[in-house]
Amino acid sequence: MRMVDIYIMGKRYKVPANLTIMKAMEYAGYKLIRGVGCRAGFCGACATVYRTKDDYRLKIGLACQTVIEPGMYIAQIPFFPVKRADYRLDELEPTFETLVKLYPELLRCLGCGVCTKSCPQDLDVKDFMADAMKGDIAAVARKSFDCIMCGLCAARCPAEEPQYRIAILCQRLYAKYLAPKSKHLEERIKEILEGKFDADMKRMKSLSVEELRRMYAEREIEE
Amino acid sequence: MSYTPEMRESIKKVEATRPARLGKPFPRMAPEEKQELLERFHPDYRPEGFREIRVGPNKGEKAMKELVDILEGRSHLTSDMLDLDRIDYDTDVLIIGGGGAGASAALLARENGAKVILVTKLRFGDANTMMAQGGIQAADKPNDSPIIHYLDVMGGGGFANDPDLVEALVMDAPLVIQWLESLGVMFDKEPDGTMFTIHGGGTSRKRMHSAGDYTGASIMRALRDEVLSYPEDITIMEFAPAIELLMDEKGQVAGAVLENLETGEHLVVRAKCTIIATGDTGRLHYQGFATTNHYGATGDGLVLAYRVGAKLIHQDTYQFHPTGAAYPEQIVGQLVTAKVRGLGAQVVNADGEQFVYHLETRDAEAAAIIRECTERGKGVETPSGMRGVWLDSPMIDIIHGPGTIEGRLPAMVRQFKRFGIDITVDPILVYPTAHYQNGGIAIEPDGSVKGVPNLYAAGAVTGGVHGRNRLMGNSLLEITVFGRRAGRAAALRAKEVRLGKLTLAHVDDWHRQLEEAGIGTNIVSPILLPDYTRKVR
Repeated sequence: MRMVDIYIMGKRYKVPANLTIMKAMEYAGYKLIRGVGCRAGFCGACATVYRTKDDYRLKIGLACQTVIEPGMYIAQIPFFPVKRADYRLDELEPTFETLVKLYPELLRCLGCGVCTKSCPQDLDVKDFMADAMKGDIAAVARKSFDCIMCGLCAARCPAEEPQYRIAILCQRLYAKYLAPKSKHLEERIKEILEGKFDADMKRMKSLSVEELRRMYAEREIEE
Repeated sequence: MSYTPEMRESIKKVEATRPARLGKPFPRMAPEEKQELLERFHPDYRPEGFREIRVGPNKGEKAMKELVDILEGRSHLTSDMLDLDRIDYDTDVLIIGGGGAGASAALLARENGAKVILVTKLRFGDANTMMAQGGIQAADKPNDSPIIHYLDVMGGGGFANDPDLVEALVMDAPLVIQWLESLGVMFDKEPDGTMFTIHGGGTSRKRMHSAGDYTGASIMRALRDEVLSYPEDITIMEFAPAIELLMDEKGQVAGAVLENLETGEHLVVRAKCTIIATGDTGRLHYQGFATTNHYGATGDGLVLAYRVGAKLIHQDTYQFHPTGAAYPEQIVGQLVTAKVRGLGAQVVNADGEQFVYHLETRDAEAAAIIRECTERGKGVETPSGMRGVWLDSPMIDIIHGPGTIEGRLPAMVRQFKRFGIDITVDPILVYPTAHYQNGGIAIEPDGSVKGVPNLYAAGAVTGGVHGRNRLMGNSLLEITVFGRRAGRAAALRAKEVRLGKLTLAHVDDWHRQLEEAGIGTNIVSPILLPDYTRKVR
């Protein structure tokens, strides 16, 4: 096993060369409480800032998805105190005014693009922030959909924007107010509430396992 | 981290057989064939993986060794360690667990007039819900019905399911889809609003709803943001897991003792009703399997409920997801969503041959892959000595048109791209991975725990609804359906509850039972977090 040196919060450790940052920290002896979550790139708990040897630039990544490099300096930022505006979705309207009222700092965006550079999901954060400033909620919802709310954009933003909070607000506004409604869903709910399936359900529940087994084996399968 | 030359050779064979395989799926298994396959290759049937439970409500029954170890563990507490007259928090409903079930329960408990405290071991929303990629089932299309959904669930579960729970699951499903949408979940739709739905393993209708391949994440983000809208009614406490349930002198559950994970401080929460929504057990690494599960999936709620007399059902069956990543090493065990197969990708061996229908139920699909990699020796070996078979993802773009994989599976594309693999061009190496606790705490359709007053449970910690095998897309459904039901029932029940003096006598009694059974364990449970220090896992 090839071993390399890395620096966790400035301290040197020798670890196997092919590990992710998270597994390297565990190998070094950390029992993680903060800065660890799904371990699969979905939850955003393990946002990490690092620097590689001989490079002045600070880089970002998810600890569970980034492989270590020799001489890497690692610091985790598992908590960042970003404000969430006080709102209830059912009292809102899907408009530009809503966004600005809840997050007036939206208009302070400098368009510098640090957020886009900071995103471990490779989202164009600056681009959807521009959409937000135009009040195009559908565009923000679509472009920000893969956001895992790790907070790295907000942590590095010189205008102190809560980009991921604006993103989730737009996603929710879009789904509730702007997405086309499903007629078949409304129809089915009406049927259920009217009791259309009650008698058949009662009959199904009374069947023996043998009868169910036969029905299951003979059931028609949609192509 | 791209594929090795040896693996490249095998991929050439996969590419060579691909044109002939298109539109020609492998035949489905007959029921007898499936049963024989399961008995020979599924981990549920390996006797050496199991042992008998020696104490408690399921005494004399079997479960996988790793689960029995924590069920038979000692408590973190003894009754003389805490002054229970000093109550730190008092509430109507205490919810233990901050995933989809806990969040759904919090919203419905509040809606029904309760003050709620939701406690969670890590951050609110750090849960398996967040990781569920594939979808959520609901029979809302004209060619489908809750009755057909019912039959699929029962058949998938080996007809061992609790019919009342299945009825609740399938009848609530369309309502839950609408509820989630009203809370801000972005379901995939056609321009006219028709839901985009596909098959999952074991479905007879296309009823799998999705939000890209971040379905669970979209649900969890919306639920979490909604819960955060009511700070006056719902208090969130993070990094504060429950380590024991409290009882009162009348024998009712009456809250829990929490541990502040960072300071070690113990906190007493008195609650009129308590809901357990702690999720799964994949991090116990049954039989040495890797897992798709969240870091916190250590079965805490099973242990807590078991000690106050809750009976477990189907605790002897665990779901192994057929397609966990087998390469690259850094992401071994992580989920490759079933949606990849739902969109038409076949499973083939090292020689590019099909050996199983790509949409069998998960238990059969997993067993077939294990057979291919063991007895038949047709697996592909990785540099770390692991074996796997190919999931032929490039087929998806050939079937549905270029760009489908990027459009429908962006999380998967991104996950592999990070390690130098392009799944739109090359297949994915997969092997079964520990995924879902089929069984768990036995509940009624309203979420109340059978035989334990004032205790409720919802989500993966419960058993019965899926029988002995859960279908894809029924766990996101389960957490919302039963989270909501438990939240509502607990809030209504809380209005009538009169609690007596708090006690931890049941913990002392538990330790006595362990001693009488001759169990000299040094395991203290719930274990709260797995220990990976100084290990490579």
